[in-house]
This record gives sequence, C-alpha cells and structure tokens, in this order.
Amino acid sequence: MATPISPLFIPKPHLQLLLNELRHRGYSVVGPTVDQEAIVYGEIQSIEQLPQGWTDEQAPGHYRLKRRDDNAWFGFVVGPHSWKKYLFPPKTTLLTAEKTESGWQFIPRSADTTKFALLGVRACELAAMRIQDQVFLNGPYQDPLYRERREHLFVISVNCTQAASTCFCTSMKTGPRCENGFDLALTEIDTGFLCEVGSERGREVLDAFVSLARRASEGSSVASNSNNDCVTANEICFATPEQLKSAENARQQAVDQITRQMETSDLPGLLLSNLDHPRWKEVGERCLSCTNCTMVCPTCFCSSVTEVRDLNMDRVERERTWDSCFNPDFSYLGGSLVRNDTASRYRQWLTHKLDGWHAQFGTSGCVGCGRCITWCPVGIDITEEVAAIREETSP
Amino acid sequence: MPRKPRLAVFKFASCDGCQLSLLDAEDELLAICDRVEIAHFAEASSDLQPGPYDVALVEGSITTHEDAERIKRVRADSKFLMTIGACATSGGIQSLRNWGQIDEWVQSVYPSPEFIRTLATSTAIADHVLVDFALHGCPINHHQLVDILVALAEGRNPRVPSHSVCLDCKHRGTVCHVVARGIPCLGPVTQSGCGAICPAYDRGCYGCFGPSQPANTASLVSQFRSHGHSTEKLVPLLRSFNAAAPEFQRASEQLVILGPNSEG
Ligand code: SF4
Ligand code: SF4
Ligand code: SF4
Ligand code: SF4
Repeated sequence: MATPISPLFIPKPHLQLLLNELRHRGYSVVGPTVDQEAIVYGEIQSIEQLPQGWTDEQAPGHYRLKRRDDNAWFGFVVGPHSWKKYLFPPKTTLLTAEKTESGWQFIPRSADTTKFALLGVRACELAAMRIQDQVFLNGPYQDPLYRERREHLFVISVNCTQAASTCFCTSMKTGPRCENGFDLALTEIDTGFLCEVGSERGREVLDAFVSLARRASEGSSVASNSNNDCVTANEICFATPEQLKSAENARQQAVDQITRQMETSDLPGLLLSNLDHPRWKEVGERCLSCTNCTMVCPTCFCSSVTEVRDLNMDRVERERTWDSCFNPDFSYLGGSLVRNDTASRYRQWLTHKLDGWHAQFGTSGCVGCGRCITWCPVGIDITEEVAAIREETSP
Repeated sequence: MPRKPRLAVFKFASCDGCQLSLLDAEDELLAICDRVEIAHFAEASSDLQPGPYDVALVEGSITTHEDAERIKRVRADSKFLMTIGACATSGGIQSLRNWGQIDEWVQSVYPSPEFIRTLATSTAIADHVLVDFALHGCPINHHQLVDILVALAEGRNPRVPSHSVCLDCKHRGTVCHVVARGIPCLGPVTQSGCGAICPAYDRGCYGCFGPSQPANTASLVSQFRSHGHSTEKLVPLLRSFNAAAPEFQRASEQLVILGPNSEG
C-alpha cells in the first residue's frame, strides 16, 4: 500500500485521459454503460459511454433505469451484471483433447493475457472480489484463469454517493466507503472526482495520467506538490478543503440512504440450527428455483464441468459453465437428486451463503449488494428471510 | 463393430418442423448416418422399412382415433420411443381445442365439415403410450437431437439440461425483462433449450421448451398479477405451444377461475 497522500481533484473531462492511459498500457477498460434499459458492465473507450445523467431505481424484483435531474456520472448503484464475469467467466474451455495417430493429445488452456481495468467498482464489489479471491486463490487449489486475470487486474473503485433500497452493505460491514482493494478510488462531486491512491500500480498510472493531462492542457498548471495554486476548475490539483468536504457529504449521503438491514450477530449459527424451520417450506413455495439470485450474486462461484465431444469423436473440450444450487440436477449424486424440492435448495443457498461460508472460507458469502433481491423475478428478499427465521425461532 | 441402431421417424398432428430440424442438421447428418441406420423417415426417403426399430422419434400429438391406434403400433415396434417437440410432448398449439367446442370449430373452419372425423382433444404421446424420453421445444433444438442420437448410439447420458431459461439469460448477460421492464416472461418456468433467444431480442420467453424442473407457475403468475398484468394477457401467454403441459395448463385454468385482476 502506498503512503496515503491527500486526494487529487480531477476535472470530469480529464477522466478520458485516464482511460487513454490505461488503454495505452494494454488494458481493456470495462465499466458501467447503459444497455438494455439498465446500467451494465461492458467495454468502454470513451467517457461518453458512461451512464452520465442516469440512475437506477431498485426494489425487490424491480429495477428501472431513470433519468437524473443532474448529470452525475456514477449516480447509480450496482446493477444486473457483476465484475465476476471478467474473472470467472460464464463459460470457459479448460482443456482440449485431440485424437492423433499416436493417441489422445491433451492441450491445456493457454495462459490468459487479458488485462482488464475495471472502472466504477463499488465497496461491496471490492468485498465480493476479496471473497472470490479466498475461494479461487487461497484454498488448496488455485483456479489458474482467475489467478491470471486477477494478477493483471487494475481496479478503479468509486465511492457510492447514493444507495438503493436494496443495499445493505453497512450491515455486512463492506461499504459504502471503499477502504482498500483498489488501485485508485474516486469520489464524484459536482465538478469532478477526488482520487485516492490504493497501490503502487495505482500511483504509477496516476502519475502517468497527470503528466498526460499536463501535456494535454498547455498553459494550465498541474499541481505536483502540496502548494495548491490552481486557479481554474479545469486543472488537476490536490483537493481543496471545500472539495474534501463535498466529497465527504456525498459519501455520507449513501450511508444515510441505506435502510435495509441484516442482523449478523447470530450468523453463523442461526440458520444451520434451524434446518427444520417452517419458513423454508414457505419460501420454497414462492421461489421459482430459477437461479437468477445465484447468477447475479458477485460471490456465488458454483459451476459445472462437462466434457463436450465433437461428432467424429476426435476432439473433446472440457467446458466449465456457471451453474447453481437452484438447479435440481446440480444435486445429482450417487444416482439421485439430493435436494429434490425447492425449499431444500433455497435452504442450501442461504445456509451456505450466510452460515457455512464462515467455516469454509472464514467470511460470510454475502456482501450486502442487494442484487439477489432486485433480480429475483418474484422479489424474494434475503434479509427478510433471515429475519423471519430469527423471529419465529423459540429462544 | 456392433450393429448400428435402427432409427424411425413418425409424424402425428404437427407441422413437420421438428423432423425438419433433423434434416437441417446438415453439418452433422453424415456423422449421424455413420452412427445410426435411418430405417424409416418419410420426410427424407420413400424407402420406408418395417420395424422393429431401436429408436423411434415421434413428432406430433394425438388428435384422431386412427392416430390413437397407430401410436400403439409404433410403440410395439420400437425399443426406445422419444417424443420430439411440443406437439408430441405436451399436445402442441392445437391443444387449444381442449378448451373449445370441437364441433363448432369444425363447422366454422371446414367448408365440408361432414368429412372431418377428429377427437375433441389434442393430447401428448405420453397420454397414450409409455415415452422413454421427451425432447422439448417448438421447434426442438437440433443440437440437442443430434446429441441424444449420438448418446443413444454410445450408451451415455444425453446433455439436455432441465434448468430454466433464466440461467441462459444470465450466461449471455441479458438484462431481465420481468425485473427491468415489467414484461411478463415465462423464462423462470420454462426449460432451457433455445439459449434464451427471445429475451436477448427484447421479448419475454414464450415457453417454447415447456415447463422447467420445477415450474412454479403459481408463484410467477401471482407476481405478474401483482405487476398489474391482466388475466386476458396472461392466459394466452400460458396457452401457446405448450398449453396442455400440466404446469402451464393448471396455471391458465387457475387464472380463469380468478377472473380479471380488479377482483383479485
Ligand atoms: S451495497 Fe453499499 S457499497 Fe454496494 S452499491 Fe449499495 S451503497 Fe454502494
Ligand atoms: S447474497 Fe445477495 S446481497 Fe448478498 S452478495 Fe449475493 S447478491 Fe449480494
Ligand atoms: S430466490 Fe428468487 S431468484 Fe433465487 S431461485 Fe428463487 S425465485 Fe429465483
Ligand atoms: S428475461 Fe425472462 S428468462 Fe430472462 S432472466 Fe428474466 S425472467 Fe428469466
């Protein structure tokens, strides 16, 4: 971690130069953009592709893309996509085997050299990445693709300045402030961004960006020391006390807007000691077993591995695809389905996520991003389910 | 080398689209012929060889007395009987007749109704004989069909997932229409098979591949009603290619009982 210095103020249009610098360094920059009536994550070349002036309205089973009455660039929260699609892609070929004269030839997956720079990672998403690191990198076996992509990853996080009704990061102690796990962290204020540095790599990119900006804006000064001698709003300078205050207020606004809560003092323990609770059956009647919650969850990591052969039987690919504990077939074991009803599958998901993960990975599997609540077609709310199990439990 | 399995294709009340998807599998057809002997396939060849067959693909539903008898003979002649498509698997779009008055329809549709002899219902093959495997879809996905044929020849399990269309939407990164636009979509209760095409092109899922495992239509429909979608809109959504699939049928009939939204 680099020595903390006071944040730089970056006028909004200059963000383009940061994108340019990252692209120049071989990064594919991915960030939020408006598509399919939502704010999704995709490759971006230009700041024009950011959701400027857009926001999202979220509630259980409900999401709407809305116009803002200002032109904020990051005035929304987390959407249907999560960054996990870049580190743990929905479909990966792990291995190929080809039949040759001398028998089967195994061709391992070639090393992945894609360098992603993620722009706009929220605090809860940083926490989700830490959890997936734990799952994919810190166990007895590492996932090679995840490792390759993770090592090259450049993370620009953005502090939330508002929250959705579905957010509950404060309960899970994951946000909304980005504390660590980023290379650069931005806080948006009216005129620009306050930028903090979180790593050596972040410092290096920021320095290169500042000299790029200096060259680009001939005649305007770019502060390189603590003397704040900026005269116009178009310059990169150390943030003024007023700007620091505005950023603080903006971040506080997100904290103030969080209304949803999940009590965690009795987690782990509560769920695993209530396996016969009637609530499981009740939620099992509402749940569609559709897998949406697990697909959108930034920490869910289940997959299936299938050997896919071509028709002539001379080539086999080992494919890994996202799968879910909500699929009946996912529990096919020893000739039968272990979890053959929706209630048992919902129970598996919740007990694993909030209870079993602690023993398995030393952390909760939930970061409080609220995606599973918003993107459940019938609006099942994880916080409400936990509360219901707690309330109706005899002490 | 063991004998190649003998394959037969039979047509009942249907549009031929599912059989055609076997012929459409141009890239794979030669390889299939290496693996199976096509003994009876009227759509492809007039050389129709008699049974017994190792594998019978049955397309279409049962809508006449003659067909109700014929399917029994097909069954008797076939070791492994597989239905292909929505008609054979759940009665097809023509099962809409199950909710109408067949005589009235015959009168209004045909210029010479006296020549028409038909059953009052369109029913799935499984309502008449034992079915060993059901391949869903309107039409079926020919990649799945090819995989099953090869799997049968090789004695392995076919790769035909029974999960919801939603999983495919999420794999593709499609934003959910139910959540983001309030459009009713049958994806959460429909089996995968198409790769979630309709949601990727701005439409809700029409349920071509029939009910998924499980298909909680009751919960989904009650959510659609709470979004303000009317019975008049939801009943036709449930009553299309797989109208008579039990989970869809139950849900549409429940809606009719509930009546218009204003009361519910
Ligand atoms: S859960 Fe917290 S960190 Fe995540 S988007 Fe909402 S406010 Fe931001
Ligand atoms: S369980 Fe839900 S709220 Fe928690 S991290 Fe996953 S999607 Fe977010
Ligand atoms: S909780 Fe919601 S999103 Fe998850 S499987 Fe059930 S219905 Fe689908
Ligand atoms: S659009 Fe339809 S199929 Fe796709 S995730 Fe939403 S409900 Fe499921």
